[in-house]
Formats: sequence, C-alpha cells, structure tokens
Amino acid sequence: MARYAIRLQELTKDYPTGFWRPRAVRALDHVSLDVEPGEVLGYLGPNGAGKTTTLKLLMQLIYPTFGRAEILGRPAGDIEAKRRLGYLPESPYFYDNLTAEELLVYFGGLFGLTPSVARTRASTLLDRVGLGAERRRRLRKYSKGMLQRVGIAQALVNDPEVVFLDEPMSGLDPVGRRDTRELIRSLRDEGRTVFFSSHILSDAEALCTRVAITVQGRLVSTGRLADLAFEVQGWELIVHGGDSAALVGLGLDAVTTVSDGRHVIELPFDRPPDQVLPELSRLRFQVVSLTPRHESLEDYFMRLVARRQAPAA
Amino acid sequence: MSVIPRIAAQVFKESVRDKVLYNLVLFAVLLIAASYLIGQLSAGQDVKIIKDLGLAATQIFGLFIAVFIGIGLVSKEVERRSIYGLLSKPVRRHELILGKYVGLVLTLAVNVAVMAVALYAVLGYMSWAETEEFRQGWEASATDPAMLAAILLIFVQLMLVTAIALFFSTFSSPILSAVLTFGLFVVGHFNADLRNFENVVDSPVAASLARVLYYALPNLAPFDVKAQVVHAHPVSLGYVALTSGYAAAYIGALLLAAVFIFSKRDFK
Ligand SMILES: Nc1ncnc2c1ncn2[C@@H]1O[C@H](COP(=O)(O)OP(=O)(O)OP(=O)(O)O)[C@@H](O)[C@H]1O
Ligand SMILES: [Mg+2]
Repeated sequence: MARYAIRLQELTKDYPTGFWRPRAVRALDHVSLDVEPGEVLGYLGPNGAGKTTTLKLLMQLIYPTFGRAEILGRPAGDIEAKRRLGYLPESPYFYDNLTAEELLVYFGGLFGLTPSVARTRASTLLDRVGLGAERRRRLRKYSKGMLQRVGIAQALVNDPEVVFLDEPMSGLDPVGRRDTRELIRSLRDEGRTVFFSSHILSDAEALCTRVAITVQGRLVSTGRLADLAFEVQGWELIVHGGDSAALVGLGLDAVTTVSDGRHVIELPFDRPPDQVLPELSRLRFQVVSLTPRHESLEDYFMRLVARRQAPAA
Repeated sequence: MSVIPRIAAQVFKESVRDKVLYNLVLFAVLLIAASYLIGQLSAGQDVKIIKDLGLAATQIFGLFIAVFIGIGLVSKEVERRSIYGLLSKPVRRHELILGKYVGLVLTLAVNVAVMAVALYAVLGYMSWAETEEFRQGWEASATDPAMLAAILLIFVQLMLVTAIALFFSTFSSPILSAVLTFGLFVVGHFNADLRNFENVVDSPVAASLARVLYYALPNLAPFDVKAQVVHAHPVSLGYVALTSGYAAAYIGALLLAAVFIFSKRDFK
C-alpha cells in the first residue's frame, strides 16, 4: 500500500493567456503536499487561489508545467488510480438528457459494474444525497443544488478510497450544507481519504483533520485548523420546532425559515450562543446544529499580510 | 471489459433520443416515398428517378447526421464541461474518442439501414404495381440487389465524413468544425480535378501544391456509384473492397491524429 493517499510535489501550472502577446499566468506555484490515507483535508483559499487548478491537475484534465501529482502511489491520470477515486468537479454539469439514475448507471458501467449492480448502487446513493424521489427526472430540470448533489453521488459510484470534492457546499441551502457535512463525516468514518476545496472556513472546521491554505497559487500554511488563529465573527444556529413568531420577540433579525419547520439564525459576534440558547430552549426550540462563523479567509490573509508588514514599517 | 463499447452504447442511446435525428430520418423516408410520386410524372424513367433520388437522400441525410452529431460528440463534452466527470472515470482519452466514433458509426448504420429499407419498399411496391410488360422496359429490376453496393459505399463514405468531423471537433469550435467538414466534403468530390491541375497551369509550384493537396485531401468521388447502379452497370466486389480499404486507411489516420491532439489538450 502506498504511503500517501495523495502527494503533490512542486506542482506548478502556468496558463497561457493573450493570443498576440502570449504571457503565462502562474495559477499554481511549486505546491508540495502529502495527504495520508484516512485523512480529511480541507484545501482552503480565497477565489483564484488555485484550488480548482490543483484538482484538475490531480485528475489530469490539465497537465502540469512542472512537478507531479500522485494518487495512491500512482501518477495522476493512471487508470488504476482512477478506479479507486471519486471526483466532484466545481459547479458540475453532466448530460441534460439523462436522468440521475441513468447517469449513475452509465458511470457505474465505466467501472465495470453490471447494469443491475449499478442500478442498486445508484438508488442507494441518490437516497443518500436526498434525490431518491427525483431519480427518474432528466438532469435538464435539476436546480444548481440538485446537480451538486448528483455530482456528489456520481463521485461515490465506485465506492472510492479517495474522494476529491471541489467546493462541495456551493449552491446548497443550509440544510443541504449540513447534509453534505454529514456525508463527508460518514466518508471519513468509513476510512476514506477526502480532499475537499472550499473558501469557507466553517465548512472545514467541523470536518477536517487538517487544512492546507493557499493564496495566489502558493501554499501558505498547513496544519490543524485550531492551531491557525482565525477570529470568530458569529455563529450559524439551526433550530427546529417551537413557534416561529416567538423568534421575532427575541430580537434576532437574521432568521430564515427553511423546510420542515427549521429556522436558520445568524448570530452576530455580540450575541454569543450561550446568551440565546436558554431563551430558545424555554420556547421549546430544539437545536439542530451550531456552527461558528469565522472571519473569511480573505480577512485572515489581510491580517496575515498586515502583521508581516508591520515590523518592517 | 473495455470502456469503448460502453461509451459507444451511450452515444447510440442518446442519439436515438435526439429529436434532430428523428426528424432527419423521418424527412428522408418521406422524401424517398415522395420520389414515387415524382417518378409517376415521368413515364418509363420512374424507376431510375426513384433510385437516384432515394440514394441521394440517403447520402445527404446521412451527411447531416454525421456532421451535426459528429461535431457535437466531443466538443459539447468539452464546452459544457461534462468531460470533467467522464475523464475522472477509468477512461483513457483515446478510449473516449474511439468510443464516441464507434457509437456514431453504429447510429449511422441503423439510419442508413432504415433509409435503405424505405427505398426498397417503395421500389418493391412499384414493381408489384406495374405490369410485366412495363417492367421489361427497365434497365435493371426495381429491387436490384446491386443497389446494396451503392448503399454500402455511401455508408463507408459517411464513416469517413464522421471521422473528419470528429477530427476537427477535437481542436476547433463546433461551427468551424461544421464549416470545415462540409468544405472538405465538397472539395473531396472534385479532388480528381487537382490531379489534372498540372496540365492547366505552367507554374511548377502551383502544380506540386495541387499534387500535395490531391494526396492529402480525402477523395470522396469514388464512393459515389449511384449513376452506375441506376443504369445497371456492374460495380465489382473488388472495387468496393478497394474503395473501402482507402476509407479505412484514411479513417485510421484521422482518428490517430484526433487522439494525438486530444491527448495533449488541457481542459480548462
Ligand atoms: N483557463 C484559464 N486560463 C487562464 N487563467 C486561468 C484559467 N483558469 C484559471 N486561471 C487562473 O488561475 C488562477 C487559479 O484559478 P482556480 O480556478 O484554480 O482558482 P480557485 O482557487 O479554484 O478559485 P475559486 O474559489 O474562485 O473557485 C486564477 O488566477 C485564475 O484567473
Ligand atoms: Mg475553484
């Protein structure tokens, strides 16, 4: 067995731009990173940091300018490695004319599954991502969030050892995000390696054994999220039951009511949850989840840069 | 099992559902049926006209299917980015190209067969409806099996056109690919003229350029044996084999080039 599930060595990618005067844009700059089997790695960075580029290099959708990427001890693009991995592309798109079930059966077939095995697996997976009822609908009629869920299901069709997810939470509503978080957690519990990209810290917080942070194509830090100092700016609280009218009385202004009696409450920094929770439980609300909202990665980098520059000035 | 048959089967399944394809085939079948009416207007000539129109319809509609589906096969995957999902499966890039090609050839085979059956049905009806005396006047019987040679060569030609469309679509936009493919289809029919070019011009540069083009561009005229078949001139098995062999070599070269280009591409 390979020592590392994923290994990036000096991975570098230049995109040529400009037709008349070609100039290379360096999207990824000598990134080296090792991920051990069973790890859940959050690959974080602000927009344009090079996250998607890294994942495309790992899938060999693009070729590196320099360096190499390995999955399960094999070079990117290797067919044996591809048998054992799953990939959710960024804002995935599949085939308009297929139903979710047909898509999964087709992809399952590419892994050598027989149609009946693939169909069974398709229905299990579509139930798992909450699309059981829509499995026979054409993908043309799917919303962005539903396509995202299909994308997650198709990434798991071969029961992969390593799962790559590019912005798995994008396009999902709060409940969808929570479901996806739970799904990633269960992938981790099943012993799979998960490599997911995000620009939202709270996504990583609940799930990751480790994060890697990139800015402008460079890896700036790796480690446990708790060890990297992010400031908490507020909380996202999801509650269930109770009387929604009563929430207004609490002076909570950022309340959204989502499906089946759930309410999403955005708590600002000056209303910490320990102040609000007793009130809510008195009103017979049950807490579904509580997630801190950290400063954005962009803010973190601004601070990091400012701190670096301060002693010199 | 290789993934090529799976990809091919998927192309076939999807194109069978394609409304454009239905309409094209339906229209071709209607046209073949309508040729019966046109044939009625020209006494004695009718069976030739029906054969001629029927074979021409098979070729032209096959051409539309080959080009319009052919250029979309790969370029749509790239443009809509569905290729990201597909290539992350255990699929090598050459398998994707070959699977798509085989799938479309399969689709074309079924369509050409449908059109051929429609043509034979019209001709068979005609033969049955006419008097024995009248039938004697025809150069070849209405349901002359020699027409199969013409249909086979049309199909082989369509396989070649499909390979051209696929080749262009691996590196250029769908519209440009369509224009280039139709362009080559037309040029391919007048290819033989390039050979005689040196007798017409004095410039040795122009003459050798014409020679290079003559060998490089596909020669599509030999696939067209409609006139022979309609006038009951025999088309030998050797001729069919030789022409098909030429097509096979050309298709092989095109697919090789398509795979080569496609394998080096970045999908951004
Ligand atoms: N096809 C391309 N041509 C030229 N430059 C590109 C191309 N794709 C990406 N880039 C550049 O490469 C850099 C990294 O882009 P990438 O898509 O990997 O970022 P990202 O981290 O995934 O961002 P996001 O959070 O917005 O998805 C950006 O500066 C971007 O402008
Ligand atoms: Mg991205």
